[in-house]
Amino acid sequence: MFKTRIIKALLAALWFMVLTFPIVGIQVNTTARNINWRWDRIASMGIGIFVLALLWNWCFERKALGLPIIKKLPDSFHYSFNELQNRPLFKKGLPIAILAAMLLMPLVSSIYQTNIMISAMVYVILALGLNIIVGLAGQLVLGYAAFYAVGAYTYGLLYHYFGLTFWACLPLGGLAAVIAGFLLGLPVLGLRGDYLAIVTLGFGEIVRLLLLSQGDITGGPRGISNIPRPSFFGMKMTLDQVTNYTYYLVLAGVLITILVISRLKNSRIGLALQALREDEIACEAMGINTTRIKLTAFMLCSCWAGFAGVIFAAKTTYLNPASFTFMDSAMILSMVVLGGMGSISGVVLAAMLLILAPEYLRAFSEYRMLLFGAVMVLMMIFRPQGIIAGAHRDYHISENIREKASPEDEEGNADSAERASA
Amino acid sequence: MNPVLEVKKLSRYFGGLKAVSEVDLSIAPNEIVALIGPNGAGKTTFFNCITGIYEPSEGEVLLHANGTTTSLNGKKPHAITALGLARTFQNIRLFQEMTVLENVMVGFHCRTSAGIMGALLHTPAALREEQETIDQAYGLLRSVNLHNSYAAKARNLPYGAQRRLEIARALATSPAVLLLDEPAAGMNPFETRELETLVQRIREAHKLCVLLIEHDMNIVMSMSDRIYVMEYGSCIAEGTPMEIRHNPKVIKAYLGEESHA
Repeated sequence: MFKTRIIKALLAALWFMVLTFPIVGIQVNTTARNINWRWDRIASMGIGIFVLALLWNWCFERKALGLPIIKKLPDSFHYSFNELQNRPLFKKGLPIAILAAMLLMPLVSSIYQTNIMISAMVYVILALGLNIIVGLAGQLVLGYAAFYAVGAYTYGLLYHYFGLTFWACLPLGGLAAVIAGFLLGLPVLGLRGDYLAIVTLGFGEIVRLLLLSQGDITGGPRGISNIPRPSFFGMKMTLDQVTNYTYYLVLAGVLITILVISRLKNSRIGLALQALREDEIACEAMGINTTRIKLTAFMLCSCWAGFAGVIFAAKTTYLNPASFTFMDSAMILSMVVLGGMGSISGVVLAAMLLILAPEYLRAFSEYRMLLFGAVMVLMMIFRPQGIIAGAHRDYHISENIREKASPEDEEGNADSAERASA
Repeated sequence: MNPVLEVKKLSRYFGGLKAVSEVDLSIAPNEIVALIGPNGAGKTTFFNCITGIYEPSEGEVLLHANGTTTSLNGKKPHAITALGLARTFQNIRLFQEMTVLENVMVGFHCRTSAGIMGALLHTPAALREEQETIDQAYGLLRSVNLHNSYAAKARNLPYGAQRRLEIARALATSPAVLLLDEPAAGMNPFETRELETLVQRIREAHKLCVLLIEHDMNIVMSMSDRIYVMEYGSCIAEGTPMEIRHNPKVIKAYLGEESHA
């Protein structure tokens, strides 16, 4: 057992050394016309891969045996944590503490940090919106940034040509995105899985290219500048004040989004969407019009992207198509996947992490995509349900229904059925 | 008595292949009817034509429920369910990651009406409807003996319980006809017997008729009021279990020459 592990790791190391030899091991010096053989680098590559391969195999063996990767914490700790989680003080206190910290934050932090937090919260809104169609309904949508762009450009263009304000454009941006979602969704939502992903991916690129090429209207790559920040009854505000104001506005947006999504998730429509995710054929057999329910979810999620777009335009005061690339769509999708499909707290956490971590870890910016990719792969293998798996709701059954005496001999039957199938 | 479900000369072709050809079938109120036949006889295709997964090539499917007669031809599966025809699946198709109670609540979808606005604003009507759905779903779970595990995930249930949950979920759509596709597949004799009493109890309690496809001869013979036998896409015999048992055509085609069942 031990021997095979070593041999496996050695083979992996050898393979990597051969594979990376031309890139890592050979340095051609064109001026001196000679070749530097960098054996030291090849050797460190080999050692590094050997260690990683050992670790990797060990993790997979644990996973195959169903053991946790990280050693289990002592039982007493687990017990006390569960205890803590169920305490009403903790359950209610934690959200209140977080909210209080969020409310106080702009008063103590710099404009720069407040601005970062605003972008992070815009992404929280976007990710929660996408969570409806991807997390709840299980439909893979890859061009989400397109709806975001529709919302943002609605504000940008309506301001530019007609001088409409932020508050007038917020509902209009949502409406425009809903219309875009409806027009795209109507023909496309009959498609399943991969096909839907490809079509929405295409749609994302089409919107971006249209914004680029229709320079006469949209300003093309130059974009639209001088978009006003959100106003407060026409009051004049300093940059500091308006930033704080925007912050609170976006925070309110996040709270409303969380409320809406959590209510939707637990509603009749939300249940139907989850059923759709689990099994489309059975869902249809339950009398649910799957096309209609998909379209509803799609429109709702594009509406949220539209709102987020308007807020984004008002926050940056400048728009160009480069803000709405496939990378952005992929980023929002990763937030949903990393956070946990259908989980609200998980998605909020993941969105915060993915936006804030790069800002505060500038030193590692070169390795950002590398780390990001590694984290995604590891998550998919070892924790596919995401950081925080979606919680199940506790249903309250009316007392009179619950206490009704069981008819006939059912109890006996149930017991023997369990035994028979065990 | 007027039939609830009436199938007239139903045919379904796949290219040149006649999977189902000119099958007539009718189910009277409160009747349990079985559809049997060797593998590949066209039973499942017939089922799929009735439930709207396939459209019949020829013939007609009529549902007489709630005082009206509706043709099911060309209707989508969800519309057919809404009209009062519910089904279970041969290979269990539960909503695995959802709880047992939620599975049944999904079944109530086509009988309830709360929309997005009601859900977001928590209107009294929406909340009341939701509580009613929860209570009724719990009641259905009680009738199939699953009320104690209502908060469990569907995929964690034992096999027999999953089958019962599928039946409860189908009942939630308040059907006039319940279609069971091999409900006893993979069950042990004890569970099979239990299923039999369950189906009979459901028929009494919900006043519905049942059409089942089944391979288990014991359950078919003891439970059905009438049996249809299919072979090569056609119906070769119809009658009570006693008649079918002694029908020479059936014995020859289906049970085999030497069978003395």
